[in-house]
Amino acid sequence: MFTSDQVNLNGAPIEGEVRIPSGCAVSAIIDRSGKRMTGEKIIRSIATMHDRSNGLGGGFAGYGIYPHYKDYYAFHLFFNDFSCKKETEDFLLGHFEIVYSSEMKTRKVNGIVNEPLIYRYFLYPLSKRLANSLMDEEQYVVKCVNTINAKINGAYVFSSGKNMGIFKGVGFPEDIGKFYLLDEEYEGYMWTCHGRYPTNTPGWWGGAHPFGLLNYSIVHNGEISSYDANRRYIEMFGYKCTLQTDTEVITYIIDYLLRVKHLTLEEVAKVISASFWSTIEDKSEEEKAQETYLRKVFPSLLINGPFSIIFGFDNGLMALNDRLKLRSMVCAEKGDLAFVSSEECGIRVIEQDLDKIYAPAGGQPVIYTLNDNALGEGGLR
Amino acid sequence: MDYYIPAEYEVVRTPELCIGCRVCERQCANEVHKFDKDLGKMIADSSKCVNCHRCVSLCPTHALKIVKSDDTYKLNYNWTMQTMNEVYRQANTGGVLLSSMGNPTVGPIYFDKILVNASQVTNPPIDPLREPMETVVYLGKKDVDIQRDENGRLIDNLPPQLKLTTPIMFSAMSYGSISYNAHESLARAAEELGIYYNTGEGGLHQDFYKYGKNTIVQVASGRFGVHEQYLNSAAAIEIKMGQGAKPGIGGHLPGMKISDDVSKTRMIPKGVDAISPAPHHDIYSIEDLRQLIFSLKEATAYKKPVIVKVAAVHNVAAIASGIARSGADIIAIDGYRGGTGAAPTRIRNNVGIPIELALAQVDERLRQEGIRDSVSIVVGGSIHSSSDVVKAIALGADACYIATAALMALGCHLCRSCHTGKCNWGIATQRPDLVKRLNPDIGYKRLVNLVNAWTHEIQEMMGGMGLNSIEALRGNRLMLRGIGLNETELKILGIHHAGESM
Repeated sequence: MFTSDQVNLNGAPIEGEVRIPSGCAVSAIIDRSGKRMTGEKIIRSIATMHDRSNGLGGGFAGYGIYPHYKDYYAFHLFFNDFSCKKETEDFLLGHFEIVYSSEMKTRKVNGIVNEPLIYRYFLYPLSKRLANSLMDEEQYVVKCVNTINAKINGAYVFSSGKNMGIFKGVGFPEDIGKFYLLDEEYEGYMWTCHGRYPTNTPGWWGGAHPFGLLNYSIVHNGEISSYDANRRYIEMFGYKCTLQTDTEVITYIIDYLLRVKHLTLEEVAKVISASFWSTIEDKSEEEKAQETYLRKVFPSLLINGPFSIIFGFDNGLMALNDRLKLRSMVCAEKGDLAFVSSEECGIRVIEQDLDKIYAPAGGQPVIYTLNDNALGEGGLR
Repeated sequence: MDYYIPAEYEVVRTPELCIGCRVCERQCANEVHKFDKDLGKMIADSSKCVNCHRCVSLCPTHALKIVKSDDTYKLNYNWTMQTMNEVYRQANTGGVLLSSMGNPTVGPIYFDKILVNASQVTNPPIDPLREPMETVVYLGKKDVDIQRDENGRLIDNLPPQLKLTTPIMFSAMSYGSISYNAHESLARAAEELGIYYNTGEGGLHQDFYKYGKNTIVQVASGRFGVHEQYLNSAAAIEIKMGQGAKPGIGGHLPGMKISDDVSKTRMIPKGVDAISPAPHHDIYSIEDLRQLIFSLKEATAYKKPVIVKVAAVHNVAAIASGIARSGADIIAIDGYRGGTGAAPTRIRNNVGIPIELALAQVDERLRQEGIRDSVSIVVGGSIHSSSDVVKAIALGADACYIATAALMALGCHLCRSCHTGKCNWGIATQRPDLVKRLNPDIGYKRLVNLVNAWTHEIQEMMGGMGLNSIEALRGNRLMLRGIGLNETELKILGIHHAGESM
């Protein structure tokens, strides 16, 4: 388990040793034409909601940011020191072909202190190792990520997708954005971000959000009351909730429903933020049958209690509230641009003149994906 | 030569209040009360009193009370009066001691040592008076592969499920052990509530087939009253392997309770003790259980969930795992404090383990093995209140069975004399003059009241925890904390101690 030795915790437990509830701000922007933008807008959006964070965690996920390496897994790693870095690199060399690696470019920003060593690796699995593992490629990569995070003390993989990257740390999110030079160095067709308001002060970089699993990323505002019911259920299927955060368990649930059970995004929403039985009763026969079936099959994956999440995936996002809408969340559109934010101000600050702005109802998924003719092969994606 | 065994309880009458109406005399099947012509007043023979409180409840002037007798042997903390009396009783008769209802001895009640969480600040409580608060539960197997039709729509491929409007069912009580009117009350209440009652091992009276969609029929080792129509009339079938009050032995219905109707329903002779075998003689191993489960499914065209009920014993987790892999849809676990109409006292008080510990271990084991999904868990064996239901579900149960509490709604005062067949409340008796005292029109409403009251309380507690669906409570052990429990107990229950944070 990665820990930050530089921070004096006075014996306070860190993420993973204890469950730490937090409030938060979330925001996202996607250009459905596939046109890329720097992180400047998303930083401005989250900065406007400054008071929703308390300086103890912030982070971003950018999609389409590594077009030149889009076929390789981009691992972002925190290291406590060079000895665990060496150990990790030995492990990586034994399992992957490393195409390119470097220290992550950062700049000094007021308020960002005690940063760990931050490195980036572009890699793909060694074909022989992969074949011998009897796993598919994604399972293999996830297993390697989990091994590093669980076994190598002081090392933590916080991003592992292709042509996307997560950037996070301890501090206010707008400072974290500048720290990683997201406003200058990276361009993506979609950005999500998160400002954290934990009720505890672990000061651990790995505990910041987004939480990522391959190309999936989650930013989440809320504190789910169903946590242990969800955790104990999903852990039956090989997932291990080491961080004890909502974000982690929600990511695993969505991964399980999408990748293992092959549900659609809309169906996933009907499982985790299910309609009330009384609402289902009023629906058409077909919808009633479908939703009743999903609730009967996956009762333990209903996520209860307040949440607003933005789930990022390859070529789009899904925004979703809990069934009672106990957390604020607003969506808006302007041409090809689409926005999601905890508060309207987080959208207005980057786009005054909107085609459409609305607050989705509890449990109503909002899905924005790239247009069919979006810039793709040979383009910038 | 029988020694006189002094009465444990004494009937006390306040002479100034007694109007000599003789209600107590007419109401007491044990013939405690009588009018003494010579003395010109009511007198009572306390040695016959079972303390069922029927006379106290019906005395129009509240002239009666029952007190613990202060007659005592020489005080001894090693040999209590109760233990001494039992020795005398056995020396008198040479018989096995028989008891009724659940184990009344002192012992830990783990539910009382568990505290529930509530939301503050970071997560809002939900108000059940103003927001939907869902208590609907579906029991049955959930481990299906997702299948779609040619249009991509999900195909409903779930095995049969039991829908409960609230996670409470009436546990098995046979016709014979309890009366026709008690059964009718349970059946009608289950129907009105949208839940289920359970026939127990006594078969199903012809009059009650109409409540089939709210009936669970039991198949026990004696196979009393089991036939094709019986199986097909029900919503679900329960194989009774064991009972919490008497693990390791079969059922016992004293002959005096086997009336004409009971004899017909059970398909056994009248007036002879009905003692079902300790094992099912076609089940000596887990693979045999699988054959019975599938025989019953074949007989009912795979349309009914099959429940396997076991007593909570030391290796219940491994047993449950075996049952889950044997085609059962639901496992019912009955704790060592569960009730009974008649059980050998020594077995009732000494065999089995508390339901809280059994449940925690079964749920955890099934999850470790990744098969929690393939079976639902129903627990019983002294569920006292709605908070016990909440705690059981948070420990991992899908629903609870209640029986003692249900009988209390019908008037039972826990005098623990069911095996005598002289229940003054018309519940655990077949004597027509006593049975008619229980009016099913009133009885079913009292049962409905009880379950509705508990449901409201469950909703209040769920809302406090920030939950609005009972599914999100199931197995949610972070909502629980132990108080005054040692580390081993906490480990078995899988919960933290009060004061430990999340």
